[in-house]
Amino acid sequence: MKIYVKYFASIRDIMGTECANLDIEESISVDELWQGLIVGKETPQKVLVAVNYEYVNMNYKLKEGDEVAFFPPVTGG
Amino acid sequence: MKIEILDEKFDPWQAIVEYKRNQLQNNSKIGASSVFLGTMRDFNDDEEVESMELEHYEGMTEKYLSNIVDAAIKKHKIIDGLVIHRIGVLKPTDPIVVVATWSEHRDNAFNATREIMESLKSDAPFWKKENTNKGFKWVKPSNELTENTNET
Repeated sequence: MKIYVKYFASIRDIMGTECANLDIEESISVDELWQGLIVGKETPQKVLVAVNYEYVNMNYKLKEGDEVAFFPPVTGG
Repeated sequence: MKIEILDEKFDPWQAIVEYKRNQLQNNSKIGASSVFLGTMRDFNDDEEVESMELEHYEGMTEKYLSNIVDAAIKKHKIIDGLVIHRIGVLKPTDPIVVVATWSEHRDNAFNATREIMESLKSDAPFWKKENTNKGFKWVKPSNELTENTNET
């Protein structure tokens, strides 16, 4: 199934790109996706995840067409 | 309610006056107005900060800010709320964020403004990158700082 992945701030620096269209196995979790993406790269201290503009935990099961965003703790204001 | 993300410098006081005049002009129930303004400093962790770049997650940011203000309106029974936040390149003294709320009594407006700011800082997807005299660096979240915090 197809998903769209976005990276922000220091996570984008680590990943070396700001977005990617991916074709993945059905029903994998955010954590399984992340573990595959981060292989061979510097592991950030903390990563937050949003799917379709909502924060989710790493157990979230991905669905066709999801927009998944990985980013560090926020620092606005 | 108004949520706005701006990529250029703005005058927060003018924005508040205009919003009040255009959206709340006939509301004679307002007895209290509360404003928080965050501006950029020229130092952090004993380093000089020359400029700062703010990025956000378009779409999610607007959604979260709307939810935060909506929750404050319901919880604190305020009449209305306004949030304007900068993105892009900022210089010291530039406004970063303004939060304004209006209510019948002062406690509601004070509490709502504070809560909106705290929720914004913990949930709204913005990230700061500072250009210091020692190079570029991503700002750490406030709960990871122990001293010399760069809190607005």
